[in-house]
Amino acid sequence: MSMRLTDQFTFNRQLFLRHRVRTLLLLLAVAIGVASVILLTSLGEGARGYVDREFSALGNRILAVLPGRKETTGAGPPIYGAVPRDLTLEDANALATIPGVLAVAPIVAGTTTVAYSNRSREVITLGSTDAFFAVRQLDVGAGRVLSPRSRSEPLAVCVLGVKVKRELFGSSRALGEWVRVGDRRMRVIGVLEERGESLGLDMRDMLLIPVRTAEQLFDSPSLFRILLDIAPSSDSDKIEQKILTVIRKRHDGEEDVTVISQDSMLAAFDSILVTLTLAIAAIASISLLVAGILIMNISLISVSQRRKEIGLLKAIGASSRQIKQLFIGESLLLMSMGSAAGITFAFSLILIFARLWPSFPLQPPVWAVPAALLVAFGTGLVFSIMPAKQAAALDPVLALRGLQP
Amino acid sequence: MIKLQEINKTYQVGDSPLRALCDVSLQIASGEYLSVMGPSGSGKSTLLNMIGLLDRPDSGRYWFDTVATEELSEERRARLRGENIGFIFQQFHLINRLSAFENIELPMMLAGQPLKQRRNTVANVLAMVGLSARASHKPNQLSGGQLQRVAIARAIVMRPRLLLADEPTGNLDSHSGGEVVDVLEKLNQDGITLIVVTHDQTLGDRAKRHIRMVDGRIHSDHSDDTRSQQRVEKRGKNSVDETD
Repeated sequence: MSMRLTDQFTFNRQLFLRHRVRTLLLLLAVAIGVASVILLTSLGEGARGYVDREFSALGNRILAVLPGRKETTGAGPPIYGAVPRDLTLEDANALATIPGVLAVAPIVAGTTTVAYSNRSREVITLGSTDAFFAVRQLDVGAGRVLSPRSRSEPLAVCVLGVKVKRELFGSSRALGEWVRVGDRRMRVIGVLEERGESLGLDMRDMLLIPVRTAEQLFDSPSLFRILLDIAPSSDSDKIEQKILTVIRKRHDGEEDVTVISQDSMLAAFDSILVTLTLAIAAIASISLLVAGILIMNISLISVSQRRKEIGLLKAIGASSRQIKQLFIGESLLLMSMGSAAGITFAFSLILIFARLWPSFPLQPPVWAVPAALLVAFGTGLVFSIMPAKQAAALDPVLALRGLQP
Repeated sequence: MIKLQEINKTYQVGDSPLRALCDVSLQIASGEYLSVMGPSGSGKSTLLNMIGLLDRPDSGRYWFDTVATEELSEERRARLRGENIGFIFQQFHLINRLSAFENIELPMMLAGQPLKQRRNTVANVLAMVGLSARASHKPNQLSGGQLQRVAIARAIVMRPRLLLADEPTGNLDSHSGGEVVDVLEKLNQDGITLIVVTHDQTLGDRAKRHIRMVDGRIHSDHSDDTRSQQRVEKRGKNSVDETD
C-alpha cells in the first residue's frame, strides 16, 4: 500500500495553490540560491577562460629570461655581494644555440622622447631585433619590420605603435619621415598593426628600435629581458634547465637569472582561478543552505498548523511512512521547482551578459548545474527530515482534537 | 469480529496519571449497532481510538477478526485501519482546500488505487449520502449536515466493515442530525458494524446495544433484546451526563 506519485503531486499541488504566497517566497529563495551558484561559478570559470584565451592568443610558446634571481632564501643577508650580473646581447646569442629554441629576442627597454616637427611625446621604447616580431607575433600595418641587420648594427630606424603615429603625424604619412628620438634622428620604416593590449603591454603606445641603437641611446649594455620562442614539441622544463646551465657558465657559476615559462604562468593562473571558483561556489551554496533552513522552518510551522489534517490522514489509513513521504516530497518538489526557476534565470542572465560583454563570456563550468542541484536536493532532503519525523510522530487522537501533545 | 481483553491505558496529564481505560474487556460481533455513553473523561473516546487502532493499549489484548493487533507494526496497523475501519468525527475534519470529491477520494489515494476506480467509487458513495450535486463544492460551501455526510462518504469509501462515529451529530441541528443518523443506520442495515460514541441520550437509545462507561470501566453493557442479562448497574442518566 503506497501512494501513487501522481497523487502525491496532486496533493502537494493543491497544498501549494492554497498557500500561494508562502510557496512563491520559498521558490524564490531556492531559485536565488541555485542561480547564484551557477552565476558565481560562471564568473570564476569565465575569468579562467579569459586568461586561457589571452595566453593562447600568443599562439606560440614563450620563455622569458629576466636578470636577477626572483627567489627569496630567507637566510639573512647574502655572504658575498651578489649583485646580479647584467644580461647582455652576448648572453642572448649564446641562448640561441640551444636546440629547441626557434628565435631569441633580446629586449632593451627605456623611455625616450620622440618628436616630429613641433610635436613630441614621452614613450616606452623597446630595443630589439626582427626576432621580437616573430616571438610576439606582431606585424606592421604599413611599411616593414626591423631587418635581421638590426641584430648587430645600430641602424637609425624605428617602428611606431599606431597611437604614437597618430599623435605625431595625425592622418598624414609617417613612412620614410625622420623623427627625433632622444638626441638622435631616425627614419620611420614601419607602423605596427592595430592591436589591443597583450599581456599588459599596450603595443599601440610604443616605439621599437634596433637593439644596438637602444644600447647606445640608453648608454647601457644591460637587457631588460630575453624572450625565447621554443618549438611546440620541445620540453620547456628541459630548455629551462639548459638556459640556466648556459647562463651559469657565462656568469662565473652564478645562476643569477629567472626563467618564466608561459606554461607555468598559465598553470599558476589556472590553479588560482579554479580554487577561486570552488571557493565562490562554496559561498554561493550557503545561500542554498539558508533556503533549506527556511524550508525547514516553514515546514515545522506547517506541521503544527496542519496537526488536524495529519491526524485525519492517519485515521483514514495513512501510515507514518506515508506522512513522512508527503512532507519530504513537498520539500523536494519545492526544491525542484525552485531549481528549475533558478537555472532558467541564471542561463538567461548569462545570455544577456554574453550580448553585453562578448569579450568576457560567462561560462558555467560543467559541474555547476549538477553541483547546484545536488546541494539543493541535499538540503531539501536533510532539512525536511525533521519536520517530516515530527509530523509522522503525531498522535492522531490528540492531533484530531487540536491539542498539543 | 472485535475482541478486547483486559485493555489498560493510562495517560500522563500534567503530573498525575489518568487511567483512561481500566481492564476493559469487550466483544463485538459483525453487524452490531452499539452506542457508547458516559460522562466526559470516562474513557469513551479512548475506547473508540483503541478499537480504531489509532491508539495502543499499555496492556491487554485486542483481536480484530483473528489478528492480534498489538503485535502488528505501525505500518500494518495503518493498513488494517485504512482497509477495515471508517471514522466519523464531531468536527467533520474535512480538508478545506479540497473539494467534497477530493476529500472522499483521499483514503483511496493513500491506498494507491487507480484514478478510474476512484472516480466510480466516489460517485457511488456520494449518491449514497445524497450529495451527487455537491461533488465539486469546497467544505466552506456546504452546510453542517452536508459536511458530515461528506465525512461519512469518506469513511465508507474503502468499504470498511467497521464504522466508528465520535459524536456524529454533536455539531448539527436536530434536522441535519436526523439525516446523518438515517444514513448511518442505513449503512448498519446493509451489514456494517456501527459504533457511536455520544452524549445524546436519544441517539444512544437508537442503538441495539448500549455501553455505559464510567471512570475508564465498562459500567453497564446491555442489548435491547437481552436487557436484563448483562446489566451491571443502572444509574439515572442525569446524574452522570454532562456536556463537553
